[in-house]
Amino acid sequence: MPFVEEYVDAVVVGAGHAGCEAALACARLGLETVIFTVSVDSIALMPCNPNIGGSSKGHLVREIDALGGEMGKVIDRTFIQSKMLNVSKGPAVHSLRAQADKAEYGRAMRKVLENTDHLQIVQAEVTEILAEKGQVTGIRLYSGAVYHAKAVILCTGTYLKARCIYGDVSIHTGPNGLKSADYLTDSLKKLGIEMVRFKTGTPARIDKRSVDFSKMEEQFGDKTVVPFSFTTNPEDVQIDQVSCWLTYTNEKTHEIIRSNLDRSPLYSGVIEGTGPRYCPSIEDKVVKFADKNRHQVFIEPEGLHTNEMYVGGMSSSLPEDVQHAMYHSVPGLEHAKIVRNAYAIEYDCINPQQLYPTLEFKSVGGLFSGGQFNGSSGYEEAAAQGLVAGINAARKIRGEEPIVIDRSQGYIGVLIDDLVTKENHEPYRMMTSRAEYRLLLRQDNADQRLTPVGYRVGLISEERYQALLEKTEQIQKEKDRLEHTMVGASGDVQKFLDSYGSSSLKTAASLAEILRRPEMKYEYLSVIDPDRPKLSPSVTEQVEIDIKYDGYIKRQQKQVEQFKKLEEKKIPEEIDYGQIPSLRIEAVQKLTLYKPVSIGQASRISGVSPADISVLLVYLEQKRRERKSSNEAEDGVY
Amino acid sequence: MVKSDTIAAVATGMNCSGIGIIRISGEEAFEIADQIFCPAKKEKKLADQDSYTIHYGTIADGEDMIDEVIVLLMRGPHSYTAEDTVEIDCHGGVLVMKKILNLVIRKGARPAQPGEFTKRAFLNGRIDLSQAEAVADVIQAKNEYALKSSVRQLKGSVLSFIKEMREKILYEIAFIESALDDPEHISLEGYPHKLGDKVDNLLKDMKNLLINFEQGRILREGIKTVIVGKPNAGKSSLLNMLVGEDRAIVTEIAGTTRDTLEEQIQIRGLSLLIADTAGIRETEDVVERMGVHRAKENVKDADLILYVVDSSTDLDENDEKILSLLIDRKVIVLLNKTDLLPVTTEEIIKEKLSARVVSISAKEKTGMERFADLLDEMFQEGKLSYNDEVCLTNIRHRSAMESAKESLEKVRESIALGMPEDFYSIDLMDAYESLGHILGESLSDDLVNEIFSKFCMGK
Repeated sequence: MPFVEEYVDAVVVGAGHAGCEAALACARLGLETVIFTVSVDSIALMPCNPNIGGSSKGHLVREIDALGGEMGKVIDRTFIQSKMLNVSKGPAVHSLRAQADKAEYGRAMRKVLENTDHLQIVQAEVTEILAEKGQVTGIRLYSGAVYHAKAVILCTGTYLKARCIYGDVSIHTGPNGLKSADYLTDSLKKLGIEMVRFKTGTPARIDKRSVDFSKMEEQFGDKTVVPFSFTTNPEDVQIDQVSCWLTYTNEKTHEIIRSNLDRSPLYSGVIEGTGPRYCPSIEDKVVKFADKNRHQVFIEPEGLHTNEMYVGGMSSSLPEDVQHAMYHSVPGLEHAKIVRNAYAIEYDCINPQQLYPTLEFKSVGGLFSGGQFNGSSGYEEAAAQGLVAGINAARKIRGEEPIVIDRSQGYIGVLIDDLVTKENHEPYRMMTSRAEYRLLLRQDNADQRLTPVGYRVGLISEERYQALLEKTEQIQKEKDRLEHTMVGASGDVQKFLDSYGSSSLKTAASLAEILRRPEMKYEYLSVIDPDRPKLSPSVTEQVEIDIKYDGYIKRQQKQVEQFKKLEEKKIPEEIDYGQIPSLRIEAVQKLTLYKPVSIGQASRISGVSPADISVLLVYLEQKRRERKSSNEAEDGVY
Repeated sequence: MVKSDTIAAVATGMNCSGIGIIRISGEEAFEIADQIFCPAKKEKKLADQDSYTIHYGTIADGEDMIDEVIVLLMRGPHSYTAEDTVEIDCHGGVLVMKKILNLVIRKGARPAQPGEFTKRAFLNGRIDLSQAEAVADVIQAKNEYALKSSVRQLKGSVLSFIKEMREKILYEIAFIESALDDPEHISLEGYPHKLGDKVDNLLKDMKNLLINFEQGRILREGIKTVIVGKPNAGKSSLLNMLVGEDRAIVTEIAGTTRDTLEEQIQIRGLSLLIADTAGIRETEDVVERMGVHRAKENVKDADLILYVVDSSTDLDENDEKILSLLIDRKVIVLLNKTDLLPVTTEEIIKEKLSARVVSISAKEKTGMERFADLLDEMFQEGKLSYNDEVCLTNIRHRSAMESAKESLEKVRESIALGMPEDFYSIDLMDAYESLGHILGESLSDDLVNEIFSKFCMGK
């Protein structure tokens, strides 16, 4: 043989945030796994913003951790500032966001990968996916080497036929000047996979020594830091934090941009890819929100051992000279030295409707994918998909039922369901508004929601699972106690209520009833609750939320019951929608394209009406009865 | 919002035939019936009665007696839907049936979706396998009709008014959501107070709309009727006679202004929707070509055609053209101007067209009694009918508007209690969805689109 030939269980293509989680999941579940990257020095690279988490993304990180993923643990070791966002709002939208030391983050993740059994890292470009009879068999490298595998997980991020663009400069590289992967797209197309082209962008990085911070507002981290991982000891994350800085664009900035719009590749048509609306370039913001006379700019450190700083809020693909002028027009950045230009990046990815909710391709068995390759954006979204793809690839190889997290179980479920069920015309970002049951999907209870799943899968240790069971029991006990402990309308109680501006009691009430008053807190109640047991803050937090928002939570739980009914009605894979009379043509087309796994998923496809769903239900019932009666007939023969 | 899974609808057609049946099916069917049924003799609650028993009594809304009824009880699985089912046989009459159905819904049932009884019957094994395709057809056909009629039944002004309310709600949700997603760029400082005012305004509008729903001013419900006839046959006078000169002027509450092109009239409890009334008045003295052309257009989708003939003159080519449009349609011919010397008689008409003919004089205001009799006859014979979906659609609309209102009231309450902002958006979203049911629009990606188009987000 002229080339290397190896036999492994699973191959992961790409070692970004999706690839790392996918490879770790496979290897930890005992599969011989190889992860390929174009550069070992770029494992878990953060090519854009220097933070992990944020609104709804923080939820994802918590969920990844609850399932047994790695992202939360690594950021807890490498963050340099941390904030809980939205603390003045309801518990459902509290969200953690940490500034990462980028280099340290990558290094720490690489170390984890390197020290995981059954996992091998290889630096090489994968150029071909090998498949036979609709089943993946392995991959081929640029060198010609072949790795036979039972499952392949594609996590190619923004590298496929990547092109970085600013002004009239267009370079065929991936992010940060890394090599692009130019062959895989064609191999995928040959397998019948539909590719699309997306675009995203990043702002400039500047030299800290050239920034005048006296013209900016300092942004501190939280006094008490909450860790991402449920396994991290909160004491370990109380570190000295680094600040971020806030400044603003102004009319002058906008004028510079406006007068140079004709030189933007976005407006001149050089860029073909579809960019995200939620992460607009500064030129987009100036054009779309012309009435705003300033936009926020966050200057964020990229790490402790570098002077580079990230100019958040000013991503751009304008020519270099315009970038200089526009950045220099911002207070504090007058003399800023640019280390790396802002640029837009275009890349190939797939239309994720080609995937099952398990993240396996419908057309190629054993081929899975996750991350930006699936049309999403963001490190956290990528990691979440990588983890699920990894778990399901492993389960498939081990002959186990796939794991699908549904919309009522986690943001991960919402993310994947949206990707595979809804039309998506731009890189998909997680948002809390996308989660219809968000009161149940809080970042604080991710462990209760998903750790049992992680345990079943085999990524959560017995010890961690037992600890969770104990916590759950404590929460329940304390809730029951508060519901059943009555306090009378005594003078002491009235005085207590009065001191918090709460109206006095007319008759005796339970502690839970008092806690439900908006102005009340669990902590305050200790005054009139002398027999309170000693419980950890993570337990009392759950007790407090569950009791205070009981009405809303129960309502959503009821909605979830309805939702589950439809989710549990599975549609057989071999169904032929063309054969169902009275299904409208549009519905036949959409259902055939999406191949929904359940009636619930079918009902979320645009173009499928409630009547179509009823017709589908009638058809499935008809088939069920036909099967039953033919079985009975057979029984009669024997 | 999750509504109870007990459904209700009128099981017979919405016509004046002897008896009308309201059917309630689902777990709470008995419980709901017990809340509104007063047995004639003091007896046990319906919930404690045996299956397949019949009970005589009255349906009352609190103190108000609505109708004398017979109630039929069937416990699942031995009923049409295989669920607990109550059938209320009332004395018919569109108004009574609607009243009872509304009451049932207020007590916790939800208006059945088109074809839902049939669907449940099939899914619960009550309909034979061989009927599966027919069942699917019924569901699809009824839905199609409901979807079309759902929007068509709302007056144009109401439709755009509801759309507007919905847009306002969406804007607020998008604002809250963008602030939640990007708290460092978008602040909710002082917002709850502003939202409170906006919600108050929306609530006021909704309450008005509901009052108008109650009074039947919102919906185009009835038999779609057109008046045709050559110029000067007396269409305009007939219209005035039907509408009545002293009809109440509808108050100028938003969304209730009368559509100029349509008049709704009541004749012996039957509702006629007269199309293109402006056209009738205007074409009276416009060139005849126009008149005939218009008639052609209007006749197309009418349920009933009132053909006005000038009995004092001969039928001319205009009449011939009109007559050719009326073949095989449901027509009443009104021989007008009988106060003058008759030239065109009933016999002449009947040679040309098989239709009921009535002599009237719009000028003298005679013949109305006979006309009303004819209408009644056609209705009783089933030649004219409301589609039962129409009535149900209206009830669905109203119940959707009720839930939208309730959701907004919850927002108001949350603001008053000082709940965090993300809770407002949950109820606002429910209100938005409920209004969407009226318009036949689903949620889809409205919100995400609104967020991105109206608010400038990070990075």
